[in-house]
Amino acid sequence: MRGFHDLGGLSAGPVDRDEKEPALWEKRTHALLMLLSDPQQEVMSVDELRAGIETLGEAEYGRLTYYERWITSIANTLVRKGVLSVDELGRKRAEVAAREGGGA
Amino acid sequence: MRPRFVPGDTVRVRQAEPLGHCRTPGFVRGHSGRIERVLDEFPNPEERAYGRPGLPKVRLYRVRFSQPGLWPDYDGPAGDTLDVEIYEHWLEPAGP
Repeated sequence: MRGFHDLGGLSAGPVDRDEKEPALWEKRTHALLMLLSDPQQEVMSVDELRAGIETLGEAEYGRLTYYERWITSIANTLVRKGVLSVDELGRKRAEVAAREGGGA
Repeated sequence: MRPRFVPGDTVRVRQAEPLGHCRTPGFVRGHSGRIERVLDEFPNPEERAYGRPGLPKVRLYRVRFSQPGLWPDYDGPAGDTLDVEIYEHWLEPAGP
């Protein structure tokens, strides 16, 4: 059985060819991974990012957008490695949600 | 390490289903292709995915497949090909 993320060759319907400008947080997410995976001071690798995305579960993988998958995998990996604590991340998320005036 | 295969060799992609991370797409597993070129060696991404160094490095190849061979309902030109980069431990010799 192939993994839920292994989509090559499956029917996908029409392809949206519109170019979209990435949002600032998406650019920051990409930059964050580049810094974390810098060979000189590697904290996590692109392969760890991919493995993290592939273990999100099929429902979550389908629900999240491209960079939402990235940032979720990065956060999970950094917690697992002890770079961030669950409490720290939770408090920061609440702080940002309050600042943005929405729910977390 | 010396490459196990050379350009032109016919290889078959192993029909394996590991539970962890790997870079070999499902649609080429079990299919045969030809070595199009020998690429460099890289730390093994199947190890790197779990925070390990992935050494010794593993050899990467570009393997060329026939499109009609990959897709039963392929309706493009018969000579169409598709190249996939595959690590050596996923490949086995497949005759001439």
